[in-house]
Amino acid sequence: MKLYKLMLLSFLLLGVSCKNDKNKSEETEPVAQAETEALPEMSVFQLPSSWTTQEGEDIQLEELRGEVLVMVMIYTSCQAACPRLVADMRNIQKKVSEEANEKTKYVFVSIDPEVDTPKRLKTFAKENKMNNDQWLFLRGNKDATREFAAVLAVNYKRISPMDFSHSNIISVFDKDGVLVHQKEGLGTDDSKTIEAIEEHAID
Amino acid sequence: MYRFILSGMCLLMISAGFSQESEMAAIEGGAYIPLYGNDSLPVSVENFKIDKYPVTNRDYQKFLLENPKWKKSEVRALFADGRYLAHWQDDSHLKPDELEDAPVTNVSWFAARAYCKWRGKRLPSLDEWEYVAMADKVSADARKKDGYNEFILSWYERPKSFHQKVGSTYKNYWGVYDMHGMVWEWTSDFNSVIISGETRRDENQDNNLFCGSAAIGSSDLMNYAAFMRYAFRSSVKGNYSIRNLGFRCAQDSNEKENSANEAL
Repeated sequence: MKLYKLMLLSFLLLGVSCKNDKNKSEETEPVAQAETEALPEMSVFQLPSSWTTQEGEDIQLEELRGEVLVMVMIYTSCQAACPRLVADMRNIQKKVSEEANEKTKYVFVSIDPEVDTPKRLKTFAKENKMNNDQWLFLRGNKDATREFAAVLAVNYKRISPMDFSHSNIISVFDKDGVLVHQKEGLGTDDSKTIEAIEEHAID
Repeated sequence: MYRFILSGMCLLMISAGFSQESEMAAIEGGAYIPLYGNDSLPVSVENFKIDKYPVTNRDYQKFLLENPKWKKSEVRALFADGRYLAHWQDDSHLKPDELEDAPVTNVSWFAARAYCKWRGKRLPSLDEWEYVAMADKVSADARKKDGYNEFILSWYERPKSFHQKVGSTYKNYWGVYDMHGMVWEWTSDFNSVIISGETRRDENQDNNLFCGSAAIGSSDLMNYAAFMRYAFRSSVKGNYSIRNLGFRCAQDSNEKENSANEAL
């Protein structure tokens, strides 16, 4: 009988300790900036995944709260569309006002986490003269990348060891991580994108 | 002695609750030529396991009990749209005319993924799913058979096929039920389907604008049944909840079944 109770107890404890852990991790999650308000339902910061930057730092997306995010998914070994996407990002950054740029981060998310190590992302950043803290390069695990793409409605598929096929979409998120604008296609008109950034960056 | 029997019973109860070796079918990997992808190049699929049946409303109810954040009233819009569990009357009950043993539908990709994770499993990849779905009752690849395609196409025309108990359609070569004829199913990489011209606005038809776009195309346009499936996948988003879209889980072949109730 004792044993039975013991087992029951250990089960209960197990359950309780799991619960505790969960609560703890929720409590200790970093609260970015001075904004302690709950995240909007559609916030991309709801994603639990963690990412590594080109500097080798591990971050949660929520740490980016408080800045407008302009995001695109690429892979560094890409020869065709990605340089165009990179150019599109650079053009947008140039056209956005200085005031808005102070509150904006331009983020590249790799769809090829196996190849795109932080070191490689860093090199890519340097080559493209995007080597300051306005530009962020992120790499997650395969699962997190697939999930992130699902949020962005970016489709991608590895079509050879070297190449991916992917949709070309630049997304703008407001300071709470809510998607507010998407630009589809390469070299397309970016005036709406710039408008969206200006509108959400300057309070 | 008494103690011994009791603890034995306890163990039995536990094992009865957790080990359901029969829940999944072992699939022997191989190569197949998918409709879309490496342009007629075979894709290899490793050995893996897949649920014999789609996940049911009843199964999903258990998941909700232990994972309240996926309840209708709790779920975040980023992960499931307003149609999520639309056929449930509240957080824990189906509407009266719904079947507990019918496949659960109106579930988003995020929710399906969380369910499989909770069961110590994962969603099947698109290639894994298609590989199993090529089979009819007697052969592993029945795609060239008229009967196989006719069955699928007649299903497309039949309304409310989601309103059936799982297991109502045929058991295929692998011992897996309901791959066709009931509901469409989520795959882990549903968003890997790129129908050519994908920018959704189609303003750039130039092949050079897409990494590897030349490699995209239909390897068998006649296979309309499968084309519909791929087109459907390319049209959905991860938080969509759709009445005829359900899911089942898979697992690597070296992983043990059970380990249910793992925290997310």
